[in-house]
Amino acid sequence: MILAGLIVLLIGCGMLAWLAGRWNNILPRIISLVGISVQLLVVVWLWLAHQRGSASALWIMSYTHSWIPAFGIQIKLAVDGLSLLMLALTSFLGILSVLTSWKEVNKRVGFFHFNLLFVLAGITGVFVSLDLFLFYFSWEVMLIPMYFLISIWGNENRTYAAYKFFLFTQGSGLLMFLSILGLYLVHGHNTGVFTFDYEQLLSTVMAPQTAFLLMLGFVVAFIVKLSTVPFHSWLPDAHTQAPTAGSVILAGLLLKTGAYGLIRFVLPLFPQASHQFAPVAMLLGVISILYGAKLAFAQTDLKRLIAYISVSHMGFILLGIYAFNEMAMQGVVMQMVAHGISTGALFIIAGTLHERIQTRDIGQMGGLWARIPKMGAMGLVFVMASLGLPGLGNFVAEFLILAGSFMANKTLTILATLGLVAATIYSLRIMQKVFYGKEQKQWTIADFSIREMGIMMSLVIALLWLGLFPSAVLTVSRASVLKVIESVDGRGKTQMGKADMNQRKTVHQTITITSENEQGQHWKINTKNSN
Amino acid sequence: MSAEDIRSLLPMVILAGGILLTLIVVAIKRNHELAFVTTALILLAAIVAALLHLDEKPHAIGAIIIIDRIGLYYQILLLSATLAISIFSYISIHRLFPDKRKEEYYLLLMLATLGSCMMVVSTHFISFFVSIEILTISLYTLISYYREQAKAIEAGLKYLVLAAMSSAFLLFGMALIFAASGEMSFSGLSAITAAMSGSATMMLVVGTGLMIVGIGFKLALVPFHMWAPDVYEGASSPVSAFIATVSKGGVVAFLLHFFMMADLYRYPKVMLAFMVIAVLSMLMGNLLALMQNNVKRMLAYSSIAHLGYLLVAFIAGKGMGVQAATFYITVYVITIIGAFGIITVISPSDSEATDLEAYKGLFWRRPFLAALFTIFLLSLAGIPLTAGFIGKYFLLTAGLGSAQWMLAFVLVASSVIGLFYYLRVIVAMMKQEEDNLSASKSPLAAPIGGIIALSLLALLIIGLGVYPGWLIEMVKSL
Repeated sequence: MILAGLIVLLIGCGMLAWLAGRWNNILPRIISLVGISVQLLVVVWLWLAHQRGSASALWIMSYTHSWIPAFGIQIKLAVDGLSLLMLALTSFLGILSVLTSWKEVNKRVGFFHFNLLFVLAGITGVFVSLDLFLFYFSWEVMLIPMYFLISIWGNENRTYAAYKFFLFTQGSGLLMFLSILGLYLVHGHNTGVFTFDYEQLLSTVMAPQTAFLLMLGFVVAFIVKLSTVPFHSWLPDAHTQAPTAGSVILAGLLLKTGAYGLIRFVLPLFPQASHQFAPVAMLLGVISILYGAKLAFAQTDLKRLIAYISVSHMGFILLGIYAFNEMAMQGVVMQMVAHGISTGALFIIAGTLHERIQTRDIGQMGGLWARIPKMGAMGLVFVMASLGLPGLGNFVAEFLILAGSFMANKTLTILATLGLVAATIYSLRIMQKVFYGKEQKQWTIADFSIREMGIMMSLVIALLWLGLFPSAVLTVSRASVLKVIESVDGRGKTQMGKADMNQRKTVHQTITITSENEQGQHWKINTKNSN
Repeated sequence: MSAEDIRSLLPMVILAGGILLTLIVVAIKRNHELAFVTTALILLAAIVAALLHLDEKPHAIGAIIIIDRIGLYYQILLLSATLAISIFSYISIHRLFPDKRKEEYYLLLMLATLGSCMMVVSTHFISFFVSIEILTISLYTLISYYREQAKAIEAGLKYLVLAAMSSAFLLFGMALIFAASGEMSFSGLSAITAAMSGSATMMLVVGTGLMIVGIGFKLALVPFHMWAPDVYEGASSPVSAFIATVSKGGVVAFLLHFFMMADLYRYPKVMLAFMVIAVLSMLMGNLLALMQNNVKRMLAYSSIAHLGYLLVAFIAGKGMGVQAATFYITVYVITIIGAFGIITVISPSDSEATDLEAYKGLFWRRPFLAALFTIFLLSLAGIPLTAGFIGKYFLLTAGLGSAQWMLAFVLVASSVIGLFYYLRVIVAMMKQEEDNLSASKSPLAAPIGGIIALSLLALLIIGLGVYPGWLIEMVKSL
């Protein structure tokens, strides 16, 4: 009930904000802020309640209500550790995007916040749906308001970017829809029960070829969202043209829905097909890491540069997901959260700069530290985060992913590690070009205001917390991650041929984190080779 | 004719009697409001009569007509559509015809509806042909009703020539089928054709093929679609809406009836022809719509594509297919009427707002109407939260359920193409206004009746998009 309430709350606040926007420009902002804050409070409450009590049950909370019984469609919502983390990220970045657009958006404020809250409602829906129809429904609901956000409040080339974003995501989404329907029908023909219920569909038995094709439909939708090379080209345009709040949500949340979809749906629903697909997916991940990094290095547009950084970082996520072990998967979860925060922050900085000097061309910047030291310091923190400085969340994430995937595929992981070197180069280039070096122009430019410093400080604190106490996040997600790994390994292997088994050396390893002891974390890595 | 027959035909009897009544009313006092109110009341009465009869047993009148639940459902749909269209017609006539020839329009509108309503219950070639001719002949006049405009005359003439030709195809096809089987009633056909020789089967297939040409013209399916954009453009928006919904809806219902009763699903060649037509309609309709700058022409091509989508369910066949087609046509009727209604309502008095230019900045000039139009367009594009999405889902499930993977793929691919042009209109509406431009082009204040009707249609679309359960149950019970 609370879960459905969260979605209704966001939509309701969105409508209120639209209405309020007719009279006043401040009211919609306040309404949105209150709505999202309530969501954040609920999520925090769930988190605390979860940690105290029943850590053993997989679903912390669930809600089922019949919707279209004729087709076996329900409103089935549930939250586990993974969803909880994503929800927390959603509401956190949601609040920040309202705050960051406080001064930036001045026209049609009501409609802007309506769209903003509608996107958040869609994203919330994606993270809590356990009915595949409802999931697709939410998946699509995210798109329209995002499209509006880009095409109304975006920068100079917004129409083109909005089109591209919409067609890429909608086209790939429809392929996923075909796959969902295929799965629905296969399950229906096998068992006589036509249902979109995720938990029932988990046990669908199908021919390997069918499974592979159906899986491809899902995978295409998710890796387009994840902006994996070669499906990445919508992302730089969308990110660059979107208003700051839009970029934050795109980079921080929308990309994560792709990763979430892979973890939640693709691996458990198609374990065997995922094993077949794993080498390709890991290769794509590595290509994204390196190609994204190379392109990031070549950009002169600050927002575009950050967008390619996202492409590169999302490559790590793909690599980690298809390593099929707990360490890498935990790293992926960490990366989702940490990247959401660090890239969100970078986009806010880029957006603020753009708002003040009306350019995103880093060739025209330079030497800005002297004029805006606060912004420079913040920039340094998040640039360091994106190159993976120890002590910040991204380091933990990338370390875990690389360590985990090394056990699965050595060559590719070694190549992926080169991405870290590249990250250092492109990240430092941002600092050099924007804040250090020679002043290209005499900008008169205001530094961060108190509001903006507040936003930044909260992001810094979050990122430090992730970096210093990663176990807080990892314990929450552990149960869900283990469950996914188990389903991929267990069922994947039973279905795989014996001959295949002998060639494959599967590495099982588990990480045990003792969370009682906060200061010293003991990483006990038990590695045992099966077969 | 027994009392039972009359009772089950009551909706049509009311409509036919109502036409005469309106004729008399117009003769006594020429008054636009009066004619409109009479029409609306008659249509309402007919809808109520059909609703009351909905739960009774199927009733056959000879071999000519059968009044069953599905037929009544379609009659209610068509009558309600006409009721909505008559509201927009009132607005349109009020603006386009300042002083003359207002009242006869409603007679023609009701007559055409009568034809369409008869078509959905006919089970015999004779009754089908009579009803389709009633429909078509009324349409000739309706299309060129605003005869001061050259485009209206052109459209009327084009429709006249092509519709007459398609009737010829239809008749010849029927003749061939009759020659091969000696039967003209649909149920008779299914009984006889089962045991036919090779050459007779050949004749039957050829006859069906010719009928497909005729029906293809009426439904504006590719490659028989050439008339649609010109006619939509030339006719006034409510008449275009009428052609797109009531006229096509009747033919779709007939098609479902005919194929089920005569069991033509047995002939793979016939189904193959439909598959080719469906694929062509989906792709061509959407591709050609991409290039249009005239919103009415765009909607014409889009409706070609939508009928192509519908054929996917039709090809899927009995059971799920029929339900999906019925659901989809219902949603499509609501949406298309809404879209054309918007065009009617925002048009200035001298001409219709058909050019994409006229929609620039509409979001900021008339936010409410623009939001409604966005809902209609998104529903046509099949985006979730609108009824169009549920409809498309239904079609895909029906298609995949009978393993039509190819058709399902084409449907998906062409709806992505379709998104382009729906988005184009939405983008145009969101363009920032240039103040002087919008001031000079400021249209008339929107009539309150039109706004209410449009809001109801939009509410229905959102309502069906979020909670489609009741309509699905309804369609399943047919």
